[in-house]
Order: sequence, then structure tokens, then C-alpha cells
Amino acid sequence: MTVLAAKNITMQFGGLTAVDQFNLELQSNELVGLIGPNGAGKTTIFNMLTGVYVPTSGEIILNDESILKKTPHDIVRLGASRTFQNIRLFKDLTALENVKIAYHNFIDYNMIQGMFRTKKFWTEEKKAHEECVKLLDIFDMGEYADTLAKNLPYGQQRKLEIARALASEPKVLMLDEPAAGMNPAETAELMETIHFIRNKFDITVLLIEHDMKLVMGICERIIVVDYGKTIAEGTPDEILKNPEVIRAYLGN
Amino acid sequence: MDKNKRKAYIINTISIISLYLVFFILIQTKVMNKYFMGIAIMTCIMIIMAMSLNIVAGFLGEMALGHAGFMAIGAYSSAYFSIALMDTGFPLPNIIVLILAMLVGGMVTGIMGFLIGTPTLRLRGDYLGIVTIGFSEIIRIFFINFEPTGGAAGLKGITKLVNFNNVYWITIVIIILMFTFGRSKQGRAIISIREDEIASEAAGIPTTRYKVLAFTVSSFFAGIGGALYAHYQAFVEPSKFGFMFSIEMFVIVVLGGLGSLTGSIVAAIVLTVLPEMLRGFAEYRLLVYSLALIVMMIFRPQGMLGRSEFSLTKFIDSLILRKDIKNSIDGGETR
Repeated sequence: MTVLAAKNITMQFGGLTAVDQFNLELQSNELVGLIGPNGAGKTTIFNMLTGVYVPTSGEIILNDESILKKTPHDIVRLGASRTFQNIRLFKDLTALENVKIAYHNFIDYNMIQGMFRTKKFWTEEKKAHEECVKLLDIFDMGEYADTLAKNLPYGQQRKLEIARALASEPKVLMLDEPAAGMNPAETAELMETIHFIRNKFDITVLLIEHDMKLVMGICERIIVVDYGKTIAEGTPDEILKNPEVIRAYLGN
Repeated sequence: MDKNKRKAYIINTISIISLYLVFFILIQTKVMNKYFMGIAIMTCIMIIMAMSLNIVAGFLGEMALGHAGFMAIGAYSSAYFSIALMDTGFPLPNIIVLILAMLVGGMVTGIMGFLIGTPTLRLRGDYLGIVTIGFSEIIRIFFINFEPTGGAAGLKGITKLVNFNNVYWITIVIIILMFTFGRSKQGRAIISIREDEIASEAAGIPTTRYKVLAFTVSSFFAGIGGALYAHYQAFVEPSKFGFMFSIEMFVIVVLGGLGSLTGSIVAAIVLTVLPEMLRGFAEYRLLVYSLALIVMMIFRPQGMLGRSEFSLTKFIDSLILRKDIKNSIDGGETR
């Protein structure tokens, strides 16, 4: 079943075409990698899929619904959440609060009930607390629940950002260079985490990555873009042998 | 509700009541005369004003320099309402009239805040600051030229409904409401916008809606502060709500710590009482006041409490157990 589909999306900034007629189809529970040299348009594609940019032309369908004119937070509610290339956590809040903020849409009480602390407030907050602690525990981060996000080690910050993205219960999770700045040991751990969450939460994962070891290691399907165009698509083995890909990365 | 929370509630309730008793005894024994009582009432009003400004300046992290304008709307609308209500001759106890006037002042100001906030919150930082100054000046000029409320001469004939007894409890209720607001899902959403707007949007928070909400709630409470002010002074004039008054409130918030409600309370007390205490020094008064601000900003630019809240429970714990006093100042989930 197709969860997320982009049809011929094009993004032009003035005279520059950053992404040209890009197509994408993500099946449920798939793990897909999006790679390409620097400036190929990967992050632009991400930004269009998450509603940050509106494509110049084309169509994006998420769960049979067009998300072309939707705001980023609407798209999160419809089931696609993301992480950022340069970590964007709520630095002065605790790890638990970071997750709770993303759990926002499942907490059901209004402002008056919150201000007067009605029974509904307590039950809903308790539920939210338990769910978010559970989520942190899945990532082995229970001990860090009350630590300020800015004081966490780098690897944990990356994990927390993924946990936060999962708190909104997405069907598609988009990771923008999750292994950036990680050492090989941390990358290996991250690979395990990504594999694990894909199976545990039964979601589709789309990831941008430069670390070839990570991409080749876990992705079932890889899409290679260069100059805003898809130049190759296939299993890791096929991609490694593809002459177009070799040319894009190494030159002629 | 766990044990810690219950303990915190009990301790805070006891301290609120005992503080009231202290004032009560001071008033009964005439140690506290009319002059001191006036300062205490003004302090309560400034606490409400500073805390309400902190919702926008501290929680949302936006520069709002027009708080005096909102206070003016609250003062005028509530005073106009209470005068009209008194004129009907309907026998109502004073406290009911005051509460109704406060609600009217809050509502009208909240609606104005919503109307002003919706278009202006697209701007950020200093641009928003300038626009809010502009709006508060428009409000002031409007009242100078608006004859039904007395124009530049001010609005007279307001019944004095505020005394220390009722303003104390009203302030306590409003402080509690602002705390619970800050610690609800709405408060969390607003704080997340301050931390990182893009991430907040990506976490599924409708940021524009929550910005407007913060602005509306802030102006609602500012309106209540204005209503109390009008019914304490029994007279309102437009010149009181000038630009300098907005700045004064902003200074209190910055000094207490942007994002710290307890900080705003402490700073409001200090900055309202200090100028009065310095009256004996006459000409040096403003000098000392400004010097205190400069020293503060040099040695503690994040404000007295930074972004953290002061927790009485933890403070007492640290006294009894002789733990590090610093423990009493922290994130404060368990106040």
C-alpha cells in the first residue's frame, strides 16, 4: 500500500531549478534511502514533503490525501513527521518535555480545563506522562527524562529527536542525515535503532544520509538524486554497480 | 496527584495564608498605615501586570512593549462598566461589582489583544516591539480624544472598590491561574515556540494559533490588572499609560527573568517598593534605581531567576536537610 507519493514535484527558486520532476512512492513499512552529492536537492525534497516549501508544480499524496497546500503541523497530524539535519531540540526543556510537546495533539483538554485543573486535566496529563516515559524507555533514555536537552550527549540528542518525531505517531518518518557527526560506534547503534523502530512502530522510514555504510546497510531501496533529478533507483547492490551513480559521485 | 505534589500544595497554601495573617496583624495594629497599604496594593497590581507580560515576553519570547496600552483598555472599559452598573442602582455587594468589572475589563482587553495580535504576530523581535509601541500609543491618544470617557481630563466618579483584603486574594488567584496556564499543554506549546519555532511546527504545534493565544491571554490578564488599578485609584487618566509605563513593566520582567513567573513576582515587589523606600533621598532616587538596574544587568543578565522558578517546598527541604540552597531554584515541576 502506498503511504506517501510525490508526483512530478518541481521546486524553482527564481531561475534555479533545485528539484526537477521528482517522483517518489513509499510503500508501508519500507526503509528507503535518499542519497546524492552535496547540493543535489535532497533537503529541498524533504522540505516539500513536510510542507516547509510548496512545490512550484506537482502533487504530493499522503494516505490518499493531497498535502500540497497544508501547513507543516497539519502534515504532522496527517501522519508524516521529520527530524532535522542540524538537531533542533527544545534545548532549555527536559527530554521528557520535548517528547510531551510532540504528543500535544493526543492530549485532550481545553485551556479552561487546564487552568482550573479539572479532573480531565489530571487524567490526560497522567496518560501523556506515561506514554512519553514509555517512549523514552524504548530508546533506553528513561534515565535522561529530567535532563535538559542541551545537556545530553550528542548521540542521545539525535535519539531524542527521533523519539520526539515518533511521539506524534506518524506513519512516515523522515530522517535528515541522522548519522551526521557521529562516530562509527554511534552510527552502528543508530542503524540498530532505525531498524528497531521500523519494526516496532510499523512505520515507513525515509532517510537522507551521506554515510554510505549506514545507507547500504539498512535501506531496502535507494533513490539517488543529482541536480534535482532522479538518476538511479534500486536495491543497494544495484546502486553500487550503477554507472550513473559512480559518475555522479566520482566524476568521469 | 502524588505525595510530593500534595506536600507542595499544602506548604504553598499555608504560606499564602500566613503571609495574609502577617499583613492582617500589621494592619490591625496600625503598624501598616494607609501609605504602606497603598504601596502593597500597587505592588499586587504590578505583580499581575508583570506576570501577564511575562506570558508574551518570557514564554512566547516575543518583545511586547505596549503593555500599558492594554492596561488602559482594561482600566477604562471596567470603570465605564462599573459606573454604568452603579448608576442603575441595582443593589450588588461591592466585591461582585468588582469581579464583574474585572471580567469585563479582561474580556474587552482580551478581544483587543486578539485583534491586534492576529496581524502583528507575523512580525518578529524588534519589529514587533515597534508595532506594539505604536498600538499602545494609538490607544492612549484615542482615550485622550474620546469624550465619553472624559478625554484628557480623565474618567472620574469610579467607586473605590479595591482594598488590600480583596486585592491580595485576587492576586493570589491570578498568580495560580497563570502558573497552571504555564504548565498546561497550551503553556508547553507556547514555550516550545520560544525554544525553536521551526521544530515546534515540525512537532505538530499550530504555532500561529498559539502565538495569538499567548497574546490574548496576556492581554486578558493585563486588562484585569487595569481594572484593579482603575478601582483602586478611583480615577483614570490617559497620561498614566504612556510609553515609559510599558518600559517599566518590561524592565520588571527582564529583571525577574524572562520566562520565570516567580521572578516576575519578586522583581515587581522590589521595583515597586524600592522607589518608595528611596523617597527620603529625593534627588538621588532615580540615580540609585537606575544604578541598581545597570549593576543587575552586568552581573546577572539573565535576570534574578533566569528561566527557572523558585520552589518554596524545595527551599524548606534544603533548610531542614541542609542541602545545597541552590536546589530550591530549578525547573520546578513539583511546585
